[in-house]
Amino acid sequence: MATDNKTADTDQLQEFRDNRDLKLQDKKNENLTTLNLGPTHPATHGIFQNILQMDGEVIMDAVPTIGYIHRAFEKIAERRPFYQITPLTDRMNYCSSPINNMGYHMTVEKLLGIEIPKRAQYIRVIMMELARISDHLICNSILGVDSGAFTGFLYVMQEREHIYDIYEEVCGARLTTNMGRIGGMERDLSPKALHLIGEFLKRFPKVWAEFEKMLTRNRIFIDRTVGVGAISAERALNYGFTGPNLRATGVDYDVRVMNPYSSYEDFEFEIPVGEKGDTYDRFLVRNEEVWQSLKIIEQAYKNLPEGSYHADAPHYYLPPKQEVYTSMEALIYHFKIVMGEIDAPKGEVYHSVEGGNGELGFYLISDGGRTPYRLHFRRPCFIYYQAYTEMIKGGQLADAILTLSSLNVIAGELDA
Amino acid sequence: MELTNENVLGKLVAQFGEENIRDAYNPDGIMTFTTNRENIIALIQFLYDDKDLQVQFLTTMAGVHFPDHKGMEMCMMYQLHSLRHNFRLRIKVFVPAEDPVLPTLTNIYATANWMEREAYDFYGFIFTGHPNLIRILNIEEMEYHPMLKQYPLEDQTREDKIDTYFGR
Repeated sequence: MATDNKTADTDQLQEFRDNRDLKLQDKKNENLTTLNLGPTHPATHGIFQNILQMDGEVIMDAVPTIGYIHRAFEKIAERRPFYQITPLTDRMNYCSSPINNMGYHMTVEKLLGIEIPKRAQYIRVIMMELARISDHLICNSILGVDSGAFTGFLYVMQEREHIYDIYEEVCGARLTTNMGRIGGMERDLSPKALHLIGEFLKRFPKVWAEFEKMLTRNRIFIDRTVGVGAISAERALNYGFTGPNLRATGVDYDVRVMNPYSSYEDFEFEIPVGEKGDTYDRFLVRNEEVWQSLKIIEQAYKNLPEGSYHADAPHYYLPPKQEVYTSMEALIYHFKIVMGEIDAPKGEVYHSVEGGNGELGFYLISDGGRTPYRLHFRRPCFIYYQAYTEMIKGGQLADAILTLSSLNVIAGELDA
Repeated sequence: MELTNENVLGKLVAQFGEENIRDAYNPDGIMTFTTNRENIIALIQFLYDDKDLQVQFLTTMAGVHFPDHKGMEMCMMYQLHSLRHNFRLRIKVFVPAEDPVLPTLTNIYATANWMEREAYDFYGFIFTGHPNLIRILNIEEMEYHPMLKQYPLEDQTREDKIDTYFGR
């Protein structure tokens, strides 16, 4: 197929390029300015480019280019044993990597048919909700920075450090966490970790209330965000929006409620929804979600069940190091798991979790080998970023920046 | 009407005929079936318009390459979701590698635009009627579609890494 297909492709590619050039030429006749927003613009918070056609300050058209940090995760995953893929998922939405890790682990567990003990599920919920808080906290405080309020950012950034301290205590890493294992967590919550979480629950509400107070009724902030970058619920659904950005338009779709995973059905929480789907609504929805996450963490922390922190799945879950030195079976399993000699059963699964930005899905096909046959990531950023052009058209350049920050586009997740 | 895999499948078979809704199975609770490229757009449009189903959300699209599946090597997976009924389904279309042409879904779902560009970029699917079918994540000058199975990940000429050392 190689040669035939190649010529067909290049012809078609050339045709599309010609068309695009023609389109740009048409626009040139109308006395428009072309402006490059990105790839390395400080306000894009990541590497992606938008070529804007401007009429004065008003954006007439935009051509987004992405792929600057594409790292071929889907291809790499086809050559790696299952447990080695978790570090790849860290690097997708790096503002909330535990959610990615857990989502991937749950997908593999679904394939293997492993039942996870309640305690491990609750620990996961705590870590995922902490990750959601740190994700939303960055997004909202950066929105403040982009509209000219730096103080709130520095103030809540401190709290993110505290969340990262908890990560560090639980898994040893801070940003790209590689947290948990297929079959549970790699270690139980230590007394220090429990103490840190308790402290966080005591301290954080005050900080967040103060942050909210600074921006929510701030006249300048409201002027900059209300009505900016709005999208209707219908268009948002057509564009595949999920997560806070969809909920800001008034659709109450949340994977945690629709398809509960990891015992989310045990917890009492609400799904905040917006109304107009503009930047201000997205800000409010994220703010409220932080409160709801806190509520979930409190419940999980208080009702943390006794029991094991991992499933009894010796084929997939690394045995304790002590046993590896003393017991034959443990040594065999340890060796087989580390060398990636464990074959997964044949199957096809889709599992999705509510990531920081929406439905983070993993579509996994296994042909019974040591690696996935195909692993596809449904990355919410990639899917909703294509609506950006439509959202900023007719608006001003400064509004485009705010729209981008409030969408919370994470370059790592966008390009995978 | 409570949507179950059985009654949705029955409805689709009644509408499109048994030869067009084939190989239905249920690997993970999500009903999966195969159709052919002539029917895919009509099928997704039907799912979208039907009052009882309201399958109006395209969750994801993923290409898969099965080199051993002679004659029908390329597979396109569409995963749809009815948010009203919380019902998911998965549709597969198989096409030959020499002719990986599919009709575009962009007229129904705006979100299919980049998903199709990604499928073109990585697998070489051609979507007829797509408004802007160019590569999306890789550079435009690339001359192959990297997710195809004939392109191995590691440099296969390296001799210092023998598979037996790695349990492969």
